[in-house]
Amino acid sequence: MSDKSHFVEIRHAQKSFGALEVLKDISLNVERGQIVAIIGPSGSGKSTLLRAINDLDPLTGGEVWLDGVQVNKNLPHRQYEKHINEMRQDVGMVFQHFNLFPHLTARENVTMAPKMLKGLSSAEADKLAEEQLEKVGMLDRIEYYPSRLSGGQKQRVAIARALAMKPKLMLFDEATSALDPELVDEVNAVMKKLAEEHMTMIIVTHEMDFAASVCDRVLFMDQGVVVEEGPPSVVFKNPSKDRTKEFLRKHLAGAN
Amino acid sequence: MDIDLMLRVYPFFLEAAWTTILLSVLTALLGLTMGTLGAAARLSRFAVLRFIGAAYVSFFRGTPALIQLFILYFGGPQIGIQLDAFEAGVIGLGINAGAYMTETIRGAIISIDKGQKEAGRTLGLSNWQSFYKITLPQAGRLMVRPLGVNLNMLIKATALVAAISVVELTYTAQRYIGSTYKPFEMFLLAGILYMIIIYATGRGVAWLDRKVQIT
Amino acid sequence: MGLDFTVVPAHLDIILLGCAWTIGIAVAAALLSFFGGIVFAVIALYAPWIIRQPFRLLEWVFMGTPLLLQLFLIYFGLVQIGIDLPAFVAGIIGLGLHFAVYNSELIQTAILSVDKGQMEAARTVGLSRGQALRKVVIPQAVRDVIPPIGNNMIALLKDSALVSVIGVSELTLSAQRAIGATYRPFEFYLVAALFYYAINLCMEWVQRRIERRIAISR
Repeated sequence: MSDKSHFVEIRHAQKSFGALEVLKDISLNVERGQIVAIIGPSGSGKSTLLRAINDLDPLTGGEVWLDGVQVNKNLPHRQYEKHINEMRQDVGMVFQHFNLFPHLTARENVTMAPKMLKGLSSAEADKLAEEQLEKVGMLDRIEYYPSRLSGGQKQRVAIARALAMKPKLMLFDEATSALDPELVDEVNAVMKKLAEEHMTMIIVTHEMDFAASVCDRVLFMDQGVVVEEGPPSVVFKNPSKDRTKEFLRKHLAGAN
Repeated sequence: MDIDLMLRVYPFFLEAAWTTILLSVLTALLGLTMGTLGAAARLSRFAVLRFIGAAYVSFFRGTPALIQLFILYFGGPQIGIQLDAFEAGVIGLGINAGAYMTETIRGAIISIDKGQKEAGRTLGLSNWQSFYKITLPQAGRLMVRPLGVNLNMLIKATALVAAISVVELTYTAQRYIGSTYKPFEMFLLAGILYMIIIYATGRGVAWLDRKVQIT
Repeated sequence: MGLDFTVVPAHLDIILLGCAWTIGIAVAAALLSFFGGIVFAVIALYAPWIIRQPFRLLEWVFMGTPLLLQLFLIYFGLVQIGIDLPAFVAGIIGLGLHFAVYNSELIQTAILSVDKGQMEAARTVGLSRGQALRKVVIPQAVRDVIPPIGNNMIALLKDSALVSVIGVSELTLSAQRAIGATYRPFEFYLVAALFYYAINLCMEWVQRRIERRIAISR
């Protein structure tokens, strides 16, 4: 417990698919309330790293710790399932393709997990859903099925669904990549709001402007390693590595 | 066309139609049970169960239902399974239909996007919870139509039990063709009753399909 | 009573002969169902109303009633109107027509999904409607429809067991003959099942190869 000081701690994360090594000995600490952006070209391993934090893509080597508890503990199958399900309740995740449940309304999408896992009554869960959907500006669509929502609206409901579990940490996996450009801002606005409330967030993104304006730290990953990291002012304005410079040149040019 | 004869014998056909309906209902229930178990086996994380499920589907879909029925009814006593013709019909056809339904159910389940289950898991739901709260309700809606096709086939397949002398519609038609030498009239009587059963079932399936869709 | 498979080899010759009959009947019925399916599809889509509508009703009857019942109708019906055909011919006709109706459904859908522009293009170069159908539309539709027709043909093989009921000495009836001599139903029906299974596996293998070739040719 000597190094309990870090809120999220990734130690020597390693992951391979057969001969292909997608994460090569990555270590990373995130403090409570920090907002970290992970950027990099596709195939750099950034999504894999994010999905290792809640063990959706288990690591082949290394450890992930959250708030003093190891996430990827080595336990017998049954015990491990129980442990990971409890851990995941504390980690919200938002996907590129929303993954809203199409057979449930916005309200039901939000209330399902709190009712099943936290024993909330229907009334309590409904109140919670209303609060969370209000927060993301979707209260007026509470009875809608996902098929009747736009991409941006779906993503906001997905964020509300994650927030309803009162997570300690939020993971965003390219949350705006699948959206039409005019719908990106409404989702970014919600994420900014969370930042102002000091939610701890790890964000995989390819939106450099957003990363620069919201995040405390930026990691640039390429080919399974962290090439460069630091505050956005340094990484974006004054990168020290050639690979970072090249990546930023392409992407900032593309953005403008 | 001998209308008089048809009017004289139709009560026997009507009675036989009830046997066909009962046979269909029981076979469908057994088929659904076997199909659910088969799909569970084929999607299991244990290789042995997956193999058993695949072998079940392959053998029962790869050989004639009539032969399966004969093995059970005529061959059963040799291995200590003594069934009357009706029981053998229900069990034989039910196991056969189960093999087809296994594939229908499994197909619907695997067609649900993997992201759905992932989203459930990240909220903290267990594997089973995310299956029955997220994957299954969606797959269930997709299954209605193809299971309806299985049901349609199953109703027509109940005619096979005529070959082991269960007195249902086809057997009755066959018997009256033999005694009256009026094949067309007898076919018409049995055919109309089959088409009523099949049409009504089809309407029922369409109704259910409409009812479960998300608006 | 128990099981005793040592009785099987002595009767294998009957079983093999039955197997040959099954294959022959299935091939003949398959050909009938394929070409019959094309003809039926064209009638159902393009014949004048007065022919088309009764024909569709007939198709509907064929799809709504069991094959076994249809076999009884054809076998005894032909006798009644004075055509005394051997049972195996009646069996081939029954199986062939039954599956022709199912194939026709597939072919109709395929014809309708061939681009309308294809027919128009054929007509603009001066082909008649019939020529355009024969030379342009149907060949494309048939190619689209070969994989699902393959499934129907596999179903046809299995359903060919039903013609044993009208007395055709194919595989199933041959097994029954052997059983009559030995009183060993389990063994001989299982052997027959394995023969069907083997033919079935061969057909699936051929089907996969054909599908791959079609996939490549696109």
